[in-house]
Amino acid sequence: MAFTLPSLPYSTDALEPHIDKMTMEIHHGKHHNAYVTNLNKALEATPELLALSIEELLANKAAKVPEASRQAVINNGGGHANHSLFWTVLGPKAGGEPTGTVADAIKSTFGGLSATGGLKEKMIDAGTKRFGSGWSWLVKTKDGKLEVYATLNQDSPLMEGKTPIFGIDVWEHAYYLKYQNRRPDYLAAIWNVVNWTEVNKRFAK
Amino acid sequence: MLSSINRRSFLVTGALAGAACFTAGALRPGRVLAEGTMFELPKLPYGYDALEPSIDKTTMEIHHDKHHQAYVDNLNKALKDQPDLQKMPIEELLANKAAKVPEAIRQAVINNGGGHFNHSLFWTVLGPNAGGEPKGELADAIKSTFTDFKTLTEKMNEAGLKRFGSGWSWLAKGADGKLEVYSTANQDSPIMDGKTPLFGIDVWEHAYYLKYQNKRGEYLKAIWNVVNWGEVEKRFAAK
Repeated sequence: MAFTLPSLPYSTDALEPHIDKMTMEIHHGKHHNAYVTNLNKALEATPELLALSIEELLANKAAKVPEASRQAVINNGGGHANHSLFWTVLGPKAGGEPTGTVADAIKSTFGGLSATGGLKEKMIDAGTKRFGSGWSWLVKTKDGKLEVYATLNQDSPLMEGKTPIFGIDVWEHAYYLKYQNRRPDYLAAIWNVVNWTEVNKRFAK
Repeated sequence: MLSSINRRSFLVTGALAGAACFTAGALRPGRVLAEGTMFELPKLPYGYDALEPSIDKTTMEIHHDKHHQAYVDNLNKALKDQPDLQKMPIEELLANKAAKVPEAIRQAVINNGGGHFNHSLFWTVLGPNAGGEPKGELADAIKSTFTDFKTLTEKMNEAGLKRFGSGWSWLAKGADGKLEVYSTANQDSPIMDGKTPLFGIDVWEHAYYLKYQNKRGEYLKAIWNVVNWGEVEKRFAAK
């Protein structure tokens, strides 16, 4: 079965004023949709790969995908996986402090969410320094530890055997209509709409 | 007191007015204008609204005053402890993948020096009352390399569309003098590879998102209406 665009789990204006309605409409309805369309197109020659989950497809830098279509799958499969996560780890009536076991792990790894050198500071720094397009990630490594780093374009932590539990899209399309060149303002605002319940669920898995 | 941006604009305008290298629209990026000023933002050679409706005024304002300025600032920051490199022309700084730059700051110079060089070129190869087709030797070279002008536009648009993420679509002259179309990632510049960029299309989303959003293809089509072929021809003819 072909990959499909998941529906947004809230309305396009639900993250206002931090992320504006028009950005959400285009980001989900156009950009994410294009990744799905182009992923399916890249897999046309190898229909058997459509049976794999997106995680399996991207594992080990998409090693199961023939070389001819591998980069297209990394780009568009990564785009599909990353955005599918993104919509769920954001939400209305969200933000605040992390909850559950991920809160303890954030405290012991980074000293907390808002502490000096804390998670927020680390993810903002990784996102600001990512030159060009990419993502700033909070991931769980194979040994269960938390880690913050950035990837280029749509490269997904799944490609390296890491479990992304929260990610901030720093492609300009994620924030340009509202924030233009002020990426740090977007990076400061997004914490108001983090769905920590979902982040905790992904961590606990 | 002048703000730092005004001071920069003043210095650039003042220096360029008397500089021999300044000929109609040909901004020379990266001149060291005075002790301690290092690299400077060149002035936009036309009004912010001059490329309307193909490229909108707000995009031009932010693209030139904010994005390009940030590349200049971050280039200077990367070079703050390198007085010898501060005096180098930007072309020399970036040559051979910035081989003259210490490894610790090389990537910052490639990113921000590339950004400065590429945008300095970009403003000059666009212009109002422009578009149409190139003339003279450049037109002949395009014909012999790509069959016709239309094929060149198709090749550059394709390279720009296929560039995943941020980057540029280029028409460059190789070391052998031959024309070539290709794309680079982020702010990587053809001069890093010993090529002479003649015309470039910025396909970072910031170059078109306010007007075209996800429709990069429409931006790529529209930009041909504002190509300053006189400048591209001049860059082709230069040694």
